[in-house]
Amino acid sequence: MSRNKFADRRLFFYFLFGGSGLLLLITLFGIQVINDSYKISAENNVIKAVTIYPERGYVYDREGVLLVTNQRAYDLMVTPRQIKHLDTLALCEIISVDQEHFNKYLKRAKRYSSRKASLFLKEISKQTAAQLQERLYEFPGFYLQERTMRQYPESSAAHILGYVSQVPDYILKKDNYYKRNDNYGISGVESSYEKDLRGVQGTQYLIRDVWNRPKGSFANGEYDSLAVNGKDIELSIDIQLQKYAEQLMLNKKGSIVAIEPATGEILSLVSSPFYDPNLLVGRSRSPNFNKMYVDEEKPLFDRSLLAEYPPGSTFKLVNALIGLQEDVIYKGTKFSCDEGWRFSAKLKIGCHAHRSPLNLIESIEQSCNAYYCNTFRRIVEKYPTAAEGYDNWRNHVLSFGLGNFLNNDLYNGRKGRVPTVDFYNRQYGKRAWKAPTVISLAIGQDALVVSPIQMANMCVAIANRGHYYTPHIVRKVDGVPLNDSTYSVPKYTSIDEKHFNTVINGMERVFTGKHGTAKTARLKGIEICGKTGTAENPHGDDHSIFIAFAPKENPQIALAVYVENGGWGSTWAAPIASLMIERYLTGKISNTKQEAFILNGNLMNTEDAE
Amino acid sequence: MRNNKTFFANIDWSLVFIYLLMLLFGWLNIYAANYDEGAMNLITMDAEPGKQLFWIATSCVWIFFILLLDGKFYTTFSYLIYAFMILLLIGVLIIGKEIGGAKSWYDLGSFSMQPSEFAKVGVLLALSKYLSKLNLNLTKLETQLRALAILSFPILLIMLQPDAGSAIVFASLFLVLFREGVPSVYLTIIGLAITLFIITLKFEILTASIITTIVAILFAVLLKKGRNSIKPAIISLVLGLGFVQSVGYLYNDILRPHQRSRIDLILGKIDDIHGAGYNLHQSKIAIGSGGFTGKGFLDGTQTKFNFVPEQSTDFIFCTIGEEWGFIGSLITIGLFLALLFRLIILAERQRSTFSRVYGYGVATILFCHFFINIAMTIGIMPVIGIPLPFFSYGGSSLWGFSILLFIFIKLDAYRMDILR
Repeated sequence: MSRNKFADRRLFFYFLFGGSGLLLLITLFGIQVINDSYKISAENNVIKAVTIYPERGYVYDREGVLLVTNQRAYDLMVTPRQIKHLDTLALCEIISVDQEHFNKYLKRAKRYSSRKASLFLKEISKQTAAQLQERLYEFPGFYLQERTMRQYPESSAAHILGYVSQVPDYILKKDNYYKRNDNYGISGVESSYEKDLRGVQGTQYLIRDVWNRPKGSFANGEYDSLAVNGKDIELSIDIQLQKYAEQLMLNKKGSIVAIEPATGEILSLVSSPFYDPNLLVGRSRSPNFNKMYVDEEKPLFDRSLLAEYPPGSTFKLVNALIGLQEDVIYKGTKFSCDEGWRFSAKLKIGCHAHRSPLNLIESIEQSCNAYYCNTFRRIVEKYPTAAEGYDNWRNHVLSFGLGNFLNNDLYNGRKGRVPTVDFYNRQYGKRAWKAPTVISLAIGQDALVVSPIQMANMCVAIANRGHYYTPHIVRKVDGVPLNDSTYSVPKYTSIDEKHFNTVINGMERVFTGKHGTAKTARLKGIEICGKTGTAENPHGDDHSIFIAFAPKENPQIALAVYVENGGWGSTWAAPIASLMIERYLTGKISNTKQEAFILNGNLMNTEDAE
Repeated sequence: MRNNKTFFANIDWSLVFIYLLMLLFGWLNIYAANYDEGAMNLITMDAEPGKQLFWIATSCVWIFFILLLDGKFYTTFSYLIYAFMILLLIGVLIIGKEIGGAKSWYDLGSFSMQPSEFAKVGVLLALSKYLSKLNLNLTKLETQLRALAILSFPILLIMLQPDAGSAIVFASLFLVLFREGVPSVYLTIIGLAITLFIITLKFEILTASIITTIVAILFAVLLKKGRNSIKPAIISLVLGLGFVQSVGYLYNDILRPHQRSRIDLILGKIDDIHGAGYNLHQSKIAIGSGGFTGKGFLDGTQTKFNFVPEQSTDFIFCTIGEEWGFIGSLITIGLFLALLFRLIILAERQRSTFSRVYGYGVATILFCHFFINIAMTIGIMPVIGIPLPFFSYGGSSLWGFSILLFIFIKLDAYRMDILR
């Protein structure tokens, strides 16, 4: 018992054991109860969300022809940790990537995670994928993941359809539906109907172990969701007409917009130069896009919606209608024309040589400038001040859908410009301008600019004798006709219906009249009404313009044709319009000589003086 | 006579009860760590839970024999048992099976045996025997050296395997010498050395030297007993600074690279959750994700899907922490503290020095395993691969710990039959 004098030292053991136990408990309390980050890490460890991609909706034309479909593509994925004995050279050769890019991609994947699979190279073609698939066993760590990309069987209507690319960063930031590398409609119908076309992604939550092997579903699939395929869309486009229009516009710059007057449905929408939409698919998208982006002819620019041109003489129709509505002219009103309209020694609007005086119908047939200068002056000067008279005129013009977006389902658009009173006040000073000051408006020049689709819509309003439907491009979504009052309720112009027939008779005379400006483009058996226009172009040759509709009664098609640097309206635009109309109404072409002239015509070499 | 009664007489049932609770809780967690939905039956000899049941059953056979033998057996044969264990430790270096770079195992066909788990019993018996000698004076250097020799010999052999974890456990038996009268200055020096070692590694040599100097001056001023205290203060300061300078050598030349990186992780000098720190990171995630009440029995994901290594042996506490939460931590640590405190109380009531030393030894060894094991899973200690007694899967460790504990239970039951 001698050494039991050290019995007090048992206290050391009590303190050591008790203190150590307490230290463990406090630390554990911190890790288990206070700190939540471990719970999140644990979930990240085991729960893997697998996205189930829906198939993007198809796009058809009005006859049910398939315009946009999906093709299989493959993404090359990599799990850096699993890479073994990599023959970089062989792999580079198969996927046609140089060593430098290869290393860059691999670095990017490693930065993301060395354990998790990530994208190495996206959208490999079917052929390359097939080659790679055979030899994939040589490259452990790499695998192919199937995905879909767009395909355009008709190789047409690129501007209308737009294209699909990976979702841009600004969308990623504001819309949490998307994840990096998801598909996204960038322009055209792909963009404006993105939400319908994309469908809904599904998600499957899987439990996985440390080797990333699935170990069944998480919580019995309680949180899983199924993918919903995208909706199919039927366009109002007639793809045969669209392709024909593209042929006609080959090697010319400009635009054709054709609309069905009874519905506002767009039958064709061509901007030239155009391109094959298949160029903007898959891996070749980026180089092709860049090439077209720097092309001086701007093939990516959609002239039918974005270009703003002066309407030229086609606008005389609107001035005629406003004159009739305002009672300042009537059917029999005649104005004389001495090769133009003279206001003073300085101010003169010239005109071509023709018999004088002309009545209203003849003035349309022969496109007399003086007639409309007088009409415009009367319209504006009907009111005590120029501003009031001008404002009244402007409101009539706006009622034709000019100067506004039209608020339709197209991806792009421009307001155009119908100058306001303020605009001229700024330009000339308040009360310092009068009708003669802005007299060029009478013949569709001055500061007035409109887009081709607005011009076509203006033609629809005339064809319908005073109303139009907002032009639109989609007829059905998921087989259900569009039920939107924006497109189904007619918009009325401020011109009474009774005034239209006079103007329309004049438009018929453009083809049938002895002096008709488009008599060479007339069609046998079809009552066609139109109006030529020639817009002055300070940068080069004048632009050739034509608007037309047919048949005269119960019109089926109204269109606007704009050919840049085409000279007289009757030279290029008028024959193109009549070929389009004949093709659409009868399905064949009678004047093959004229057709050949247009098809072979090349205006692209005409250098702008810019 | 008392010893004519059944051999269950005088047994401390509270220790037995704690022991059984630990086996049960441990086994449940081994089962959970191996559990996989839709997988095969786990209660077979092909699976760890089934094998562990076998080890538990065979441990009971050992216990039966231990309780059956006369209490005198252990005092009488302690040196012989020690010698036998030393032979086993030498043998394993020659014919042992190398696993993970260490020769720690005998390959016995379908089983393996780890002699160091049994050597604890032999070493502790020999130490108890030596310290129970009449009139032994532990303040004498010769006595101290003899006692240290009993400990050092097996430690050296184990270092040769090498198995640093077990070596540390054997070294912890020094605490028993302290209880028996070794001057407390040794313990103070060891404590200071460990503290200095950690400070030097954490803050580099210069900072550590400054800290040492400041502390030494403070002590010299505070403990001033006259002018003659200046000399020892200067001596200890010089020794302290010398030690600080040699930490770099100890660390870089004695420790092996994986041990260095484990220490660096704990000190926060490296942060590598994908490499060296992966095990510790995943271990903390598993325990931390358990929360207060745990994810529920068999509902753990981190251990079940193998994110945690060695999840049924050295890292069994991860399964406890994940599935039973903080409640499970409380239960486990509570059971161990109850066991350790009870052991100290019982050791102190022994009449014989032999039994008391043995009791303290059991407590010290179990404490060492318990603390190091749990502390390494939560990042208080560097990763040192030693099992959690009665919880971890493994036949050698379960047999070793059961024998260790029940010899004491037998000695305690037998205490009334000893005169001194």
